[in-house]
Order: sequence, then C-alpha cells, then structure tokens
Amino acid sequence: MAFVSSGYNPDKPMEDRISDIGPRKYDEFYPEVIKKNKGKWLYHEILEPGILVHVAESGDKVYTVRAGGARLMSTSMIEEICDIADKHCDGKVRFTTRNNIEFMVDSEDKVAPLKQDLASRKFAGGSYKFPVGGTGAGITNIVHTQGWIHCHTPATDASGPVKATMDVLFDDFQNMRLPAHLRVSLACCLNMCGAVHCSDIAILGYHRKPPLLDHEYLDKMCEIPLAIAACPTAAIKPSKVDFKGTEVKSVAVKNERCMFCGNCYTMCPSMPLADREGDGIVIMAGGKVSNRITAPKFSKVVVAFIPNEAPRWPKTTEVIKNMVEAYAENANKYERLGEWAERIGWERFFDVCELDFTHHLIDDFRDPAYYTWRQTSQFKF
Amino acid sequence: MAKHETPLLDQLESGPWPSFVSDLKQEAEKRAKNEKGLDLQIPVDVVEDLLGILELSYKHGKTHWKHGGIVGVFGYGGGVIGRYCDQPEMFPGVAHFHTIRVAQPAGKFYSTEYLRQLCNLWDFRGSGITNMHGSTGDIILIGTTTPQLEEVFYEMSHNMNQDLGGSGSNLRTPADCIGQARCEYACYDTQAICHDLTVEYQDELHRPAFPYKFKFKFDGCPNCCVASIARSDMSFIGTWKDDIRIDAEAVKAYVGGEIKSNGGAHAGRDWGAFDIQKEVVGLCPTGCMKYENGTLSINNKECTRCMHCINVMPRALRIGNDRGCSILVGAKAPILDGAQMGSLLVPFVEVNPEDEYQAIKDVIESIWDWWMEEGKNRERLGELIKRQGFQRLLEAVGIEAMPQHVQEPRSNPYIFWKEDEVEGGWERDIDEFRKDHKR
Repeated sequence: MAFVSSGYNPDKPMEDRISDIGPRKYDEFYPEVIKKNKGKWLYHEILEPGILVHVAESGDKVYTVRAGGARLMSTSMIEEICDIADKHCDGKVRFTTRNNIEFMVDSEDKVAPLKQDLASRKFAGGSYKFPVGGTGAGITNIVHTQGWIHCHTPATDASGPVKATMDVLFDDFQNMRLPAHLRVSLACCLNMCGAVHCSDIAILGYHRKPPLLDHEYLDKMCEIPLAIAACPTAAIKPSKVDFKGTEVKSVAVKNERCMFCGNCYTMCPSMPLADREGDGIVIMAGGKVSNRITAPKFSKVVVAFIPNEAPRWPKTTEVIKNMVEAYAENANKYERLGEWAERIGWERFFDVCELDFTHHLIDDFRDPAYYTWRQTSQFKF
Repeated sequence: MAKHETPLLDQLESGPWPSFVSDLKQEAEKRAKNEKGLDLQIPVDVVEDLLGILELSYKHGKTHWKHGGIVGVFGYGGGVIGRYCDQPEMFPGVAHFHTIRVAQPAGKFYSTEYLRQLCNLWDFRGSGITNMHGSTGDIILIGTTTPQLEEVFYEMSHNMNQDLGGSGSNLRTPADCIGQARCEYACYDTQAICHDLTVEYQDELHRPAFPYKFKFKFDGCPNCCVASIARSDMSFIGTWKDDIRIDAEAVKAYVGGEIKSNGGAHAGRDWGAFDIQKEVVGLCPTGCMKYENGTLSINNKECTRCMHCINVMPRALRIGNDRGCSILVGAKAPILDGAQMGSLLVPFVEVNPEDEYQAIKDVIESIWDWWMEEGKNRERLGELIKRQGFQRLLEAVGIEAMPQHVQEPRSNPYIFWKEDEVEGGWERDIDEFRKDHKR
C-alpha cells in the first residue's frame, strides 16, 4: 500500500484548512413526508410490533419500520442499510437513540415489502440482520458501551453480553406483552458511558480487586499528585518504594478503602485493576428517565456480582430473564419495573424475583446511604 | 481461512439477535477481497486482528487495549481518542487503532448518499468498523493509524462538509430526540436548537477549556426519549404552560374502544376493555382529572405535565399551545461522588429561533462562567452545585429562588445567612455587650 494524500499538506497544516463547521444540517436528510409535515403531526399508532404510523394534520402518513441492530457495525452493514433505503425509502434512513434503524415510507402498501425484505436478511451465522420490533410495551435494543472491543478500562465486554441478553429477550423485542416498556442498558465499567444508572435493568461491569502498582514505571508514566487526587475515598498516598535495590517514587494504596471505581487508572496507566476473577457484572434494576406518572429514578443494585462467563454470560442472562418474567406476571398495566418494585416493596421484589439479598446491597457510601435505610416500622414479612 | 481461530466468539454467531461477530467476519472478508480495488491505507487484515484480539480478551477475561495516547488533528483538542493494543506483535493490524468521533446530524436522519460517502472514506482510510452511534450520539469510526487522522479530517471537511465531534474536557456533541420531525408530543424543535447550539459553540466543542466534559441534550417532552435528565449537564425538556387540548369526541372513541389506547402499545396481551377511570384518571399523579357523565375534564392549574394521559390517549389529548422548555442541570453518572439526576433550574423558558435562542444562551453562558471560575479539575457541573450549594448556582445565573426549585424545603435550619441580610450587620462591640451582660 502506498500512502495516498487527501490534499493535506503536513508542512502547512493551516493551508486551506476547514474547521469548526459542525455537523451536517438535519433537514438535508429528512424524507419528503417529514419535511412537509414537521411540527404538524396529530397522533401515532403502533400497527404491529416494530411498525408505527404517524398521521399529520395534512392527512399525510408516515409509516416507520423499526429494526434492531448491533451498534458495532461494519461499513458492509451500513451499505446494506443504504441498499434497503434506496430500494424502499427514497434513499433516506434514520437511527434512534437506542441504536435501532428506522426505515420510513409514505404509504401503507410500501410497508409489507419493506418488512419482508428486512426479515429475509440473515448473516451467514444464522442471526437476523434487521429484526423488526422494539416498540411499545416490550423490550427495545440495549444501549451500551465499547467493552473489550475498543476500551482500556472495561470490567466486562459490551457487545457480547448484549448479544447474549438480546437473544434471551428476543421474544419481547418482537412482542408487546409487558405492563410497560422495559429498557435494558449496559455499561462495561463504572464510568458508564451511557445512562445505565436510570434503566429498568442495567448490566454494569465492575472490578473487585484494588489496582496493581507498577512501581518501576509509575513515576515515569503518571503525575503522582493527580493519581492521589483521583481517589474519591483517599485510599492512595505517596510512597517511596524499594524497587530492585533502588528507591523509586510511587504510591501506596489502602486496599480496604478501595471501592474499585478505577478512577486512579483513568489518571495513571500504572495502576491497572483488570482481573479475570475480580471483574464481572453488577445487575441494577428499577430506574427510568421518563417523568410519566412518577419522577425519574436511579436503578438500584439487586445483584452485587456475577462472574464474567464469556462468551454467553448465562448467569447474567438468567437473572435478567427471571426479573422480566416476574415483572410481566405481577406488575399492573403502565407500571414500570421500578414503580412495581416500590409498590410491592423491595423486600417482596427480592422474593418474587428469587434474588438473594446480601450486605453488599445496603448503601454505605456517603450521606445518601442513610436515606436508603428503612426509617419506619412498616415492612413486609 | 480466518487469520485467527475464534472458538469463543464463534458461539456468538447463533441466536436471533444480529451478531456483531458475523458482521466483523463479513467485513474481514470484504477487505480481503477488496472488490472496489482500493489502495487500502491501513492493513488489509485489520478486522482479522480485531477479531483475534477480542478472542484473546474472551479467553483472558480482560481487555487488551492500552490507555490512549495524545493524538488528534491540528488545532483541535478533541474528536480523536488514541488507542493502542498491548499485543502489537500478535496483532499488528490493530497496533495503532484510534477512534474518530464524527458529529452526527441532529435527529440522526441520513441520506444514503452521505452514508455511502462515509463508508467509502472509512473503507479507504480506516478499519471499516463503526458505532452507529456512540453513547453520546456521535458517529464513531473505530480504528485507524496516526498518519490517517489528518487525512480523514481533510477529506471529511473538504468533501463532505463534515466536522468532528467532542471528546475530553470540552462540550460534547449535543444530541436530541426525534422531536417535531415525527412526534406529536414535541413542545419545541429539538433539531433546530441542537444544531444551532452545536454550531454556535464549535470553539467550546473542539478546544478543551472546561474543568471536565459538558453535555447538552434536548428532549421534546417529559417522556425524555434521549434521557437528557439522567445524562446531560444541561437538560432541555419540552413543556407547556396552558391547557391540555381535549378532543371530546376522541375521548368517547377511546372509551367506546374504537381507538386503541396508548397508541396500541399494549397489543401483545389482553388487558381487558379500556377503563378511562382506572387507567387515566386513577393514575394521574396529581389527581387533577375527572371523568363524569361521559366528559373528561382537567384542572390544568394542578397538572404537572407528566404525559401519562396524553400517552394513553394521543388522539384525544394534546400538549398545550404555550410551549417552551424547562432547563435542568447537573446530571451525571456515578463517577465519582454518586449519580445525579438533573435539578430544575429554569421552570420555563421560550425556545425562540427568531432571536437565536438568546434567553437560553444567556443561561448557558452564565453557568459556564461560574463553572470555569469555580470548578475543580475533573469536577462536573453537578458536583460543583453540590459542593457550593444550589444557592450559588442561582446567584451565578441570576435567578430568584422559588418553590419549584425544591422537592421540599430544607428539614435542617442551618441557614447560611449573609451579613447583608441581617439588620445592623455582624460588626458588634464586645464592650457594649458587656455593659448589659457581666462576665
């Protein structure tokens, strides 16, 4: 391969430079029916799982076919999406916040061929490329982070556990039998690049061993004061260490104060936390972001630790599936998972979801902890 | 034949959900065949090596990516995240494997012409692997080498009229819901303001000058489909001040079962006949609705605009006409001092494109002034508000305290009175005091 220049001249980086132009303007990419009726929509209806119709004041209708997809996506897949959009949707397509792909058409007769086309496309390995679903009182696509495919801090993979979980929850992606919609999210470490802390069910990667200390390189790789300042529990202090007969500047960690957040590693590459036995998954539940009926809520930790069981994380998916089934069976119509748990009481939630309660689930981090203990004589046996 | 055996990853090819492993494999094959005859600018087997290193992580239960290095494009302090693998001899194709964040168009609508252009560029100068999209909203191009960064940026900015997104301690690429483009609940044009502010604040987005990251997200209504209230330092949530519009005929049609409730969202189970008393009036969090003698009425003054009744009967109930947005501030994930939800700062502000959203920009800029002055290194806005108090935020933005700002008033009386609030000030003479009070 020979280097092919784009026209950029490294000796004169400012020559013809174009910068600060921002993203492309959204309305260049609107389908015609959207352009015409924007701001004038009257109502919508879900015709069947994955298929919506929106009706405008003008009488125009836009039919949306929503397909799930892996957010980790090759250009081959994007080109295939383009082929479908060119064939059915006048060359326009949209992605949702939750990594779904939305194909829009302007008349009902175009829906069936589009749906059929999407359903017929499969990977060589057998999975669907464009499963239609993800609407209404069901489970839509999982928002997630990078994981082992491209990140330096994860405590679990992202794409793998997501694939394994969505396989287990697939029926609910294509059905709307739940009391309300149920959002699942995954963050592969506590940094949480995504809103998993407010999801009905959250899968969170977590470390359980304090950082290793690479004394030989620590002072060369890191600003020691920054590493110390990074620790939220003040577990790190400066230390002089004997390294093979030479005294080197490094740090010492009070292990019993470590809560394994990994913030030190973010500031200092010589303090890695990753470990096969130490790392795994925390399951959180009962969060939401909508203001509907009740205020938005944080998810609560309901399982303190599940080991990383690559490639299919069977215990993780089993716990999630059980929770979804208990919710489906017991919650009232319109009740989100967290609202249901609050109505029946969390003690009953652990009961019906067949989850063990351990001391790890009682908050002991700063002031908010107190407000999560029970300050009433009301409880259920 | 595959360059690396991947027995663990192969187990993720079965099952109905789209398999990223199958997709990576098809991409690896596409690169090997190179039917377009491209003079590929990074190793042809980059995706093979990506599969190989991921398989190794599956075997080891640990990542094989190192901390990012400082790489980027000239004049920008964000948009590129350096990435190197820790086994470059085994996987030379991904030895240097940097991420490029590309600012997505508001609403994430695309033309195939644009997407194909992007694919061609990324096949030629990168791995052909992307995220559609990253958690913040950007298009993420995963994996290229350092010499290609300027080339990708040059081609993007010159041929595609496209810029990079944010990373590091700067404004991250703002994101929005579908809004008025296709939703009857949207109280303002999320795409218009998202785009306007993104363009207005390009300097803040590309050149890190903040204590830490800063996110804007725009939700057209309180349903919060982009989760702005949970994950943006400034969350703009559409709302209205006047009455919910009622179509009495449509209410009858819902009651009579002619229209499916909740837009048909519960069709997967037989929940019985629609019961307006139980499902709408009874679930209203403020109890401000009545259904009597076949007529639905709402005491709008007591309504808190939770959206439930509108979600259940979208053809009968519609958002009001006097629309704008609420601004909530300080949301963040748990790192470091625990998660925070956005706290209400501005109950209502008009979203006015005519004056380029000046009222909103005033709030943004006064918050930035305060945070840049007072925020510690790597302190999010929410943490600063917690450290200095909500009152300091109100002072910084020049907003008077009102009951809407709190869930409930304080239950401790530890009020930090200021000297100028107390009659006569704090300067007192101990000798004067002692004249009346012996030691």
